[in-house]
Amino acid sequence: MSSGTRLLDEAAAATHLLDYRGGELKQVPTRNGFGEGLIEAGTLDRNVLGICADLSESTRFEGFKKAHPDQYIEIGVSEQLLVAMAGGLASVGKIPWIASYAMFNPGRSWEQVRTIMALNETNVKIAGAHAGVSVGPDGATHQAIEDIAIMRVIPHMTVVVPCDSVQTKKATLVLSARWGPAYLRFGREKSAVFTTDETPFEIGKAQIFREGSDVAIVACGILVYNALLAADALARNDGIECRVVNNHTVKPMDEAAIVDAAETCGAVVTVEEHQKHAGMGSRVAEILAQRRPTPIEFVGVEDTFGQSGDPVELIEHYGMGVDSIASAARRAAKRKR
Amino acid sequence: MPTLTSQGLTELKLKANDVRQGIIRSLLSAGSGHSAGPLDMSDIFTALYGHLIRHNPREPEWSERDRLLLSCGHIAPVRYSAMANFGYFPVEELLTLRKFGTRLQGHPERVRLPGVETTSGPLGEGLAQGVGMAYGAKLDGRPFRVWVVTSDAEHQCGLHWEAVLTGAKFRLDNLTAIVDRNFIQIDGSTEDVMPLEPLAEKYRSFNWEVFECDGNDIAQFIETAERAMRIKDKPQVIIAHTVPGKGVSFMEGDYTWHGKPPNAQQAEEALRELTQARQGMVAHE
Repeated sequence: MSSGTRLLDEAAAATHLLDYRGGELKQVPTRNGFGEGLIEAGTLDRNVLGICADLSESTRFEGFKKAHPDQYIEIGVSEQLLVAMAGGLASVGKIPWIASYAMFNPGRSWEQVRTIMALNETNVKIAGAHAGVSVGPDGATHQAIEDIAIMRVIPHMTVVVPCDSVQTKKATLVLSARWGPAYLRFGREKSAVFTTDETPFEIGKAQIFREGSDVAIVACGILVYNALLAADALARNDGIECRVVNNHTVKPMDEAAIVDAAETCGAVVTVEEHQKHAGMGSRVAEILAQRRPTPIEFVGVEDTFGQSGDPVELIEHYGMGVDSIASAARRAAKRKR
Repeated sequence: MPTLTSQGLTELKLKANDVRQGIIRSLLSAGSGHSAGPLDMSDIFTALYGHLIRHNPREPEWSERDRLLLSCGHIAPVRYSAMANFGYFPVEELLTLRKFGTRLQGHPERVRLPGVETTSGPLGEGLAQGVGMAYGAKLDGRPFRVWVVTSDAEHQCGLHWEAVLTGAKFRLDNLTAIVDRNFIQIDGSTEDVMPLEPLAEKYRSFNWEVFECDGNDIAQFIETAERAMRIKDKPQVIIAHTVPGKGVSFMEGDYTWHGKPPNAQQAEEALRELTQARQGMVAHE
């Protein structure tokens, strides 16, 4: 842990978080964590390959290409081929990571993902870059906000949405070493780094980043940071103490952690940079509807498309900023029985 | 690879007849499925399993086997019948085709039936997977060859041509595509639905080595495939001209048999014809 940071509470201490309230946090794109993790994964196992569809710089393949030129394959603008060729490589013992923008892979390649990766059970890993509206100026065509929905519905698939660049690196390494088809989702824009090398990370194991018993905020991706800031503001201004859960594995979701959050707090807010429909929050609702009916408020994009703009501006506009999360938590608290 | 003797050729012809009979029996039992394509590819699958590919039916996942992919999964009955007739599983299992709990799914699934190499059915995806396998073999200096059987109509899929580009880029000379050029698809003639000609020129312009042959002539197909295997630095395609429904006179050349099975009477008629043809081969021998 770097000097000058202090721990916030027991949950933050247990997960070795940096001080997200006061200290100046480094701002690093989550995609950088993928790039760094892949270089290491390629050293640890020479069967790890990187297959690129003409986006080597923006998906952060450049470092891997330099470090492991023999493990790097460039195939041009062909996202369906990306999946199918990777399926072939996996079936002869390789561990291919295929990276493009999430909108094109798995967006364009969904049927190949379903048939060749999942039904056919091949050890292919998708890195979905530029997910969410925080892609920014590129606009709606490039902002994947439906990808969690289309991936979490596929049997055998693992879906991971890490919260910062450090966690993205860990997820890249863990998924490389773990057999099975997987989808790793991350973003383009710089975002706060608040986890550390010591922060545990386990697929399928949600993490409590802040303890509280009034409302549970269950978040994934870079918005976990906004959730922590919202929880802090709620404690200060409203006397509402929130548990903040980093629900990084959307599939298989940590059902016990979700039910426990609902039992402890009695109200839940889900937060994701994705359509509210059919995303991570919808899965939380499916679990709780069956196991522990609980009032839930959803923070995400409301059945619409994104547009060009500054990433922070877009996050605010589409209702995923700190204030929007705090408002949702107040609404959820009021609905408690 | 051993030289093909005239006795060996006769044995292959008899085997192709067995494969066709297996197709008819399994389709009758299933009550649904495709007839024309499986029948017209019986000679090629027999040539592949019986002469061309390195494989071991008792060890379908042997790591250094040649990979034989069926991209057009809807003609699975020919692959199943060939596998059964070459010892992968008992021929009686063919009667479970498309039935609940079977390993012989309507479209093949690798996880259920080792030896089919990949799950297929959605068209245009096999060559791309073959490209991956051939690339992987080159990467590790492994000597196995990748064969991909494709239908002509799946050449209407964009992904197939992405794979054609890629095979050429990486000079995958360990990759051979076979096109079942029977000119039929569900809605009619390929040239009416979406013209593919000139197909050979298309492949040539994509930097593939192109061969054409009669896909219902086992000796000619084997001779062509052996020439293809000697090509260096380029993937190869064999455009195999086949007669849809080959071996059953009332199905031959009729596109309406693309996607339907024979009924009991038609199956009986088909099996009678095939049995007669078989007796002719034995007598000739």
